[in-house]
Amino acid sequence: MAPGTHSVASSSRHARRKLINYIFVGLTSIATLIALTALVMILWTLVAKGFGGINAGIFTQDQPGGGSNLGDGGLRNALIGSVIMCAIGMVIALVIGILSGTWLAEYGDGNKLASVVRFINDVLLSAPSILVGLFVYECLVSHVLGHFSAIAGAAALAFLATPIVTRTTEDILRLQPNQLREAGMALGAGRGLVIRAIIWKASRTGLVTGGLLGFARISGETAPLLFTALGNPFMSFSLSQPMASLPTTIFQFALSADDNWRRLAWVAALIIATFVLSANIIGRALAARGSSSK
Amino acid sequence: MDAVLPSPMPGAPRIDNPGGTSAMKGGDTVFHALCFSAAMVLMATLVGLIVALVIGGWPALSHFGFAFFTSSVWNPSGSPDNPEAYGAAGPIVGTLITAFIAMLLALPLAIGIAVFLVEFCPKRLSHWVGIAVELLAGIPSIVYGMWGLFVLAPWFAEHVQTPLMLNLDPDSFWGRVFTGVPNGANIFTASLILAIMVLPYIATVFRELLLSIPPYLREAAYGMGCTPFEVVRNIMLPYIRKSAVGAVMLGLGRALGETMAVTFIIGNSHAFPKSLFDSGSTIASTIANEFTEATGDLHISALIALGLVLFLITFVTLAAARLLLGTEKA
Repeated sequence: MAPGTHSVASSSRHARRKLINYIFVGLTSIATLIALTALVMILWTLVAKGFGGINAGIFTQDQPGGGSNLGDGGLRNALIGSVIMCAIGMVIALVIGILSGTWLAEYGDGNKLASVVRFINDVLLSAPSILVGLFVYECLVSHVLGHFSAIAGAAALAFLATPIVTRTTEDILRLQPNQLREAGMALGAGRGLVIRAIIWKASRTGLVTGGLLGFARISGETAPLLFTALGNPFMSFSLSQPMASLPTTIFQFALSADDNWRRLAWVAALIIATFVLSANIIGRALAARGSSSK
Repeated sequence: MDAVLPSPMPGAPRIDNPGGTSAMKGGDTVFHALCFSAAMVLMATLVGLIVALVIGGWPALSHFGFAFFTSSVWNPSGSPDNPEAYGAAGPIVGTLITAFIAMLLALPLAIGIAVFLVEFCPKRLSHWVGIAVELLAGIPSIVYGMWGLFVLAPWFAEHVQTPLMLNLDPDSFWGRVFTGVPNGANIFTASLILAIMVLPYIATVFRELLLSIPPYLREAAYGMGCTPFEVVRNIMLPYIRKSAVGAVMLGLGRALGETMAVTFIIGNSHAFPKSLFDSGSTIASTIANEFTEATGDLHISALIALGLVLFLITFVTLAAARLLLGTEKA
């Protein structure tokens, strides 16, 4: 083999490898660009179609009937319904989620049952939300209560948020150094007191973040509310009656042919998306601050 | 499942304090019991979910038997010569097809994004781009649905479907694959939306997996003169292969159960989809559309039986995902 031919062959091979690499880098950046474009396009559509529809009536008036004039009516009943049901659902989810997350993190080591619970929680975390709606319908709506109601909607949302809170709680508690627990016990505190007075306190930021993300997640959920809370064209504070919510109102209005209803659907979509995205960003900022201050 | 009671922590790494006062011990026991029962609520939820779906769906399943899974006749309004019948084959096939196409579209994009963020993107930028991609996961499903119905579907009908229809012989192979009402509401656009929705989940897990690769492996490969492409293809991707399959299954689980976005854009017909651009339905979209307007007990029961089928499909998928990923990973 002459040295000359070898170097020619290897340099052409080198050029080919470099070319393939450039194409690869190009393809990966295109993939990233596609995802970013999708995000920008969706947000842009929301702003373009939703922002113009916002007026004072959105927050002070209830939803209009069919055939109303463009600009009439608002989303007050849906906004308030969403807040009520999400708040109740979140309180339930926080109580159950933090306690079960604590059990998994603090009492669950080396326990077979704990790994089963952890696995079940993971399944519930990604289970289709519409199935939770069916479950609550079967349990509460068709048998116990006998009709659609806000409390059933709140229960469905609680079932969705609990696995999220459980997972975050366990993750956060596991981040706390063992020296904290040892120091507490050295002072004579029992295990439960150490968890409540020291570990929970040290994890406060993380728990708030988890709660915020859970709240953001359930505030946009539609499917489980369709056949639990149903929706209500009027303002209602009664937990035993059907209650309106932003997502179900969007579902009803967006698929209608009524221009004013469609306007309200876009405004509602903008409101939900703004809320969910800001909750996500605030949660992230909180988490970043919490981890950097330690 | 042999341990039914909480075991008293043999060999637990954390220190217990057996010398606490008796009052404290009492409080501790109550607290422990509280935490334990909260965890049991989670278990009861899953068991209750299965029981509720089985009980609710049993009338339809026993009435139609195996035909429930094989027939695609969906006729809620029964009449003497055309009796009420429910066959779930259409929605089941629709669910599987849309989720499968969505994964085909999302997988290469997710790998591309993860590799770009870990290998090629400047570090400062990578943080923000990563957050932007994750924000895609935060957008509520119903917003995707509206965007799909009012933006994507009309665009797709005008710029993809119509030209294809005009230029393809309707009897040729491709003509049959791409036939359908040109309104943009079909199996393929539903899969497109699903692909965008599951993309952030898969991309984020891929990114974490790539970051978890020990640096010396990459460094050794670069040290041998590999190009970045060769490092990624021959070293990094094979290293995360098993967990990556888990991530894909996780995304698949989401795509299978996604409801609102699909309901808006799939066209909602119960028949077997005949082409890529034909309207169809998924299990979740059928339930969302018909449940509150269900005509009778058998209709409701058939919809709950559909829910049971969806649960079984997603449960198997998610369980496989968790086993492949290991329970420690998100």
